[in-house]
Amino acid sequence: MSSQRIDNFGKINREKQFRFSWENKNYFGYEGDSLASALLANDIRIVGRSFKYHRPRGIMSCGVEESGGLVTIGTGNKKDPNVRATSQELYEGLIASGQNAFPSVNFDLGSVNNYLSRFFAAGFYYKTFMGIPPFEWGKGTAVWMFFEKFIRKAAGMGRVSRLPDPDIYEHANDFCDILVVGSGPAGIAAAKEAADKKLDVILVEQDNFIGGDQLSETSFDSNNALAELRSLGVRVMKRTTAFGLYDNCVLGLIERVKDQSNPINKELPKQRFWIVRAKHVIIGSGAFERHIAFNNNDVPGSMTVNASKHYLNRYGVLTGKNIVISTNNDSAYGTAEALVKAGAKVIVLDNRENLNSNLTNNNFEVRNGVVPYNINGTREIKSLDIADSVNLTYKKIDTITCDQVLMSGGWSPAVHLLSHRGVKPKWNSENQCFIPDKAKENITMIGSARGIWGKDDCTASGIAGALDALNRLGISKTNYFFPKQGGWKNSIEPLYEVKYKKSRSKSFVDFQHDVTCDDVRLAHREGFISVEHLKRYTTLGMANDQGKMGNIIGLSLMADLLGKEIPDVGTTTFRPPFTPVSIGALAGRSVGKHFMPLRTTPMHQWNLNNGATMIDAGLYQRPWYFPKKNETINDAYIREAAKVRKTVGICDVTSLGKIAIQGPDSTEFINRVYSNAFAKLPINKTRYGIMLRDDGLVLDDGTCWRISETEYFMTTSTAQAGRVMAFLEELLQVRWPDLKVNVTSVSEQWGVAAISGPKTREVLDECLEDSSVISNDNLPYMGFISANLKGGIPCKIARISFSGELGFEIYILADYANKMMDILWNSAKKFDGCLYGLEALGALRVEKGHVTGAELDGRTTIDDVGLGKMASNKKSYVGSAMRKRGVLSAEDREKLVGFFPVNKKYTFDSGTIICEKNNIKGFGIGRVTSVTHSPELGHWIGLGFIKGGVEKWKNTIVIGSDPIRNKEMEIQVVSPHMIDPQGKRLHA
Amino acid sequence: MILIKCPYCGERDHSEFSYGGDASIIYPSLDAPQEEWVKAIFFRENIKGIQKETWQHINGCRMWLEVERSTITHEITSIKPCHKNLQKVIDN
Ligand SMILES: [Zn+2]
Repeated sequence: MSSQRIDNFGKINREKQFRFSWENKNYFGYEGDSLASALLANDIRIVGRSFKYHRPRGIMSCGVEESGGLVTIGTGNKKDPNVRATSQELYEGLIASGQNAFPSVNFDLGSVNNYLSRFFAAGFYYKTFMGIPPFEWGKGTAVWMFFEKFIRKAAGMGRVSRLPDPDIYEHANDFCDILVVGSGPAGIAAAKEAADKKLDVILVEQDNFIGGDQLSETSFDSNNALAELRSLGVRVMKRTTAFGLYDNCVLGLIERVKDQSNPINKELPKQRFWIVRAKHVIIGSGAFERHIAFNNNDVPGSMTVNASKHYLNRYGVLTGKNIVISTNNDSAYGTAEALVKAGAKVIVLDNRENLNSNLTNNNFEVRNGVVPYNINGTREIKSLDIADSVNLTYKKIDTITCDQVLMSGGWSPAVHLLSHRGVKPKWNSENQCFIPDKAKENITMIGSARGIWGKDDCTASGIAGALDALNRLGISKTNYFFPKQGGWKNSIEPLYEVKYKKSRSKSFVDFQHDVTCDDVRLAHREGFISVEHLKRYTTLGMANDQGKMGNIIGLSLMADLLGKEIPDVGTTTFRPPFTPVSIGALAGRSVGKHFMPLRTTPMHQWNLNNGATMIDAGLYQRPWYFPKKNETINDAYIREAAKVRKTVGICDVTSLGKIAIQGPDSTEFINRVYSNAFAKLPINKTRYGIMLRDDGLVLDDGTCWRISETEYFMTTSTAQAGRVMAFLEELLQVRWPDLKVNVTSVSEQWGVAAISGPKTREVLDECLEDSSVISNDNLPYMGFISANLKGGIPCKIARISFSGELGFEIYILADYANKMMDILWNSAKKFDGCLYGLEALGALRVEKGHVTGAELDGRTTIDDVGLGKMASNKKSYVGSAMRKRGVLSAEDREKLVGFFPVNKKYTFDSGTIICEKNNIKGFGIGRVTSVTHSPELGHWIGLGFIKGGVEKWKNTIVIGSDPIRNKEMEIQVVSPHMIDPQGKRLHA
Repeated sequence: MILIKCPYCGERDHSEFSYGGDASIIYPSLDAPQEEWVKAIFFRENIKGIQKETWQHINGCRMWLEVERSTITHEITSIKPCHKNLQKVIDN
């Protein structure tokens, strides 16, 4: 046994045992354990396999920077990959397993990669798939496409569950005066100071216990500290990570509310995604201890120094028996002292030859001027070769038998959150770390995140931070000072890499992505010398931990190679999130049917009651078709469309946008907005109009009714309703402020039913109080009137038709919509009528060659869709100059046409590419945008575009190529007006 | 998470607003020659620094606003209604 639980140490609750499973075997831990501490307590040393070389890896830290202990928690649909065992609380029944290994982390076939490592050096993927030796037998994307699936399988760490996530996640918002990140001595002091001044303070701590580094102190009582904070009114959020800092002191937080197998409180979310707006943010996010690069520095048993102290004093786990500590700074000595007290044999290697200040009580051996050189052992540490650090020549001098090597290469302040705000950290050579620069925004850095090491200094910096916040918020004017950066008795001496003399060394810079010192040197040799290039070429700092431990080592190596100082090499920018955020938390409750808000028409329930199958149309749900017994969608819509042409049909078309336009300049406004003439539209008449965008392409089409001298009513397509409304408002408020016009969206105020077909008049005769109002004389085509449905229900009736049949649209106040549908449907039934949905509506309009969003897709001009003649030549309007641009009036533009299959039994699909016979390639000469079965013609028809349009291609046979569905067929080009081209039926 | 102080509604999160575009564009008259429109629509500055831009308070009062914002820091230095008369109406 090398790591083990020991008595009389740690703060775990030994009264409460938890059973957990690791790699299908059962073990025990205690309440208060992390998964990592429980694994170490059971002497499980290999917990994972490395990313590229599949080398055995053990627990290497005790926090979020963990590189070795990335595990999968849970099974089935509750599986979470890439969980850091070091920050995973243990709970009863936890199921965990290793990753990136087959069949198991103890025996992994992939470890053969370790012997092929010269092929996996920096830039491996780039080189291989661009045809550079040793794999010269292929170039370009084809090779990549072939190998991608194998590489994807071999690379990466955990596997996600492909099942729907059964857990609930929620979003929440909060506000406070001061938000403190981190509950170390600095954070606690800051929170207390601010709460003392009666400010609303939130303290955020990612751990399940507050205290930060103090949790590794035997004398610290986390529960007492928590109680004290709460008694002062501080709102403490434990298990909550501040993952991002955004504009105006907005923080993104992830609160881990419960663990997945926790059976209690089923209704609680697994995680809560918080957006908190603070007036001031105080960041005491601590610092990360760095490792040291030397050969085989990743063998299980290697760990950062401070982590070992946490395992001992927090979890009661002694991580080794014969421990070698390698350090370049004072911080390791406290841990050495504690480990000795717990019964371990400790030797400290300090690369500093002379120390001014004595740091030991001579309880352990210290060898000055000595550094670690090479670890012997693969699955566990057998011994450590050590070297003389004199003149940085690193000559091997001795071998020490040991089972653990602890490393401290210095500390890096966690400047991540400040970096999110674009504040670049500054290099502090005295302390060999990047320290935060002052932020202009209301952000204050405190504690070791500021580069302050001593505990008392950290506490003082917390108080200073709170006073800084109070001053900057204008609440007080108190003098304060921050303690100086640093605080060690002896200064740190740089120790980043101990260069190994033999070839084929594996000195890891970034454990998670298996980036070695040699990789950094290779990147330099090949010219990738800027930090951003170095990062991408070697993938240094791009793994789960985002370079929390390895970045500085990589920078120092590059600085060395370039003969520069670290600050001259620069540093990459940390971006959110600080630690990974699950997609579930981002989605929150916006899943399933709550993915988008649902808009319903006022006759939504009526449609459902009458057998509608619904379809999403933007945020709306609209009736798609009304199937009778056993009818398929095709059966239903073909029946419905045929019925409309033969008798009569009723359709809910409420989702159209509706805009009221009022004011003395309304006519001028309408006339500028539409491309066709509107100035002379008589009152009680409506007109079909097309709007263009500024660039001359079609924005939308719809009808516009003149209600009075100064009032209009505009309809838009369902899809563009919001955009048109915002555009009209922009025109009136931004560009034409002199026009006295007001626009109001009234889309929700009106319900609309379209009724069309030859029997329409008979139906309406029964529905209206006075049916003479809709006589051909009183209400000609494109007219509208006010009328009353039976029972005195007021409505407006417009003689508009999308189907090409005699038709009306009936507009009614939304509250009467169901009543209207009852009245219309009771009557239509008597005339063998039908209800029809969007699919039949589509069939009818395709037959007529009417365009919708499929054709007006933002790329087409008014001429492309054959409506150019409607555009006025006598006036200027939005887009009038731009639509005449050469490129938009080129001869070979794709123009609207109809398509018939040559073999009338064949079907075809939207998206089919139209090609000339014997020239089937590329984008072809056109495309099919809409298709339907035409009940009237008895075969499939389509609308679409072809270069040159009907004039050039009429009746020509072309090829419809559908490479996605692997179809090819002969298609005849016809006029888009496939039924009743003269429009006789409309005027019936 | 920019805060935008709508002159009518007060300080609100930017998610209530929708971005319009470059507010420094002077749109030509509708009957202006095509070249002027091409210039106004397609030739835009990509400003590093303070930029005049339009935003609409789309989930609020629907007012179009002229905002001066730093494209580097998001700091907003001025906000006013695009319509010249609206400020007077609000002030009364
Ligand atoms: Zn507003």
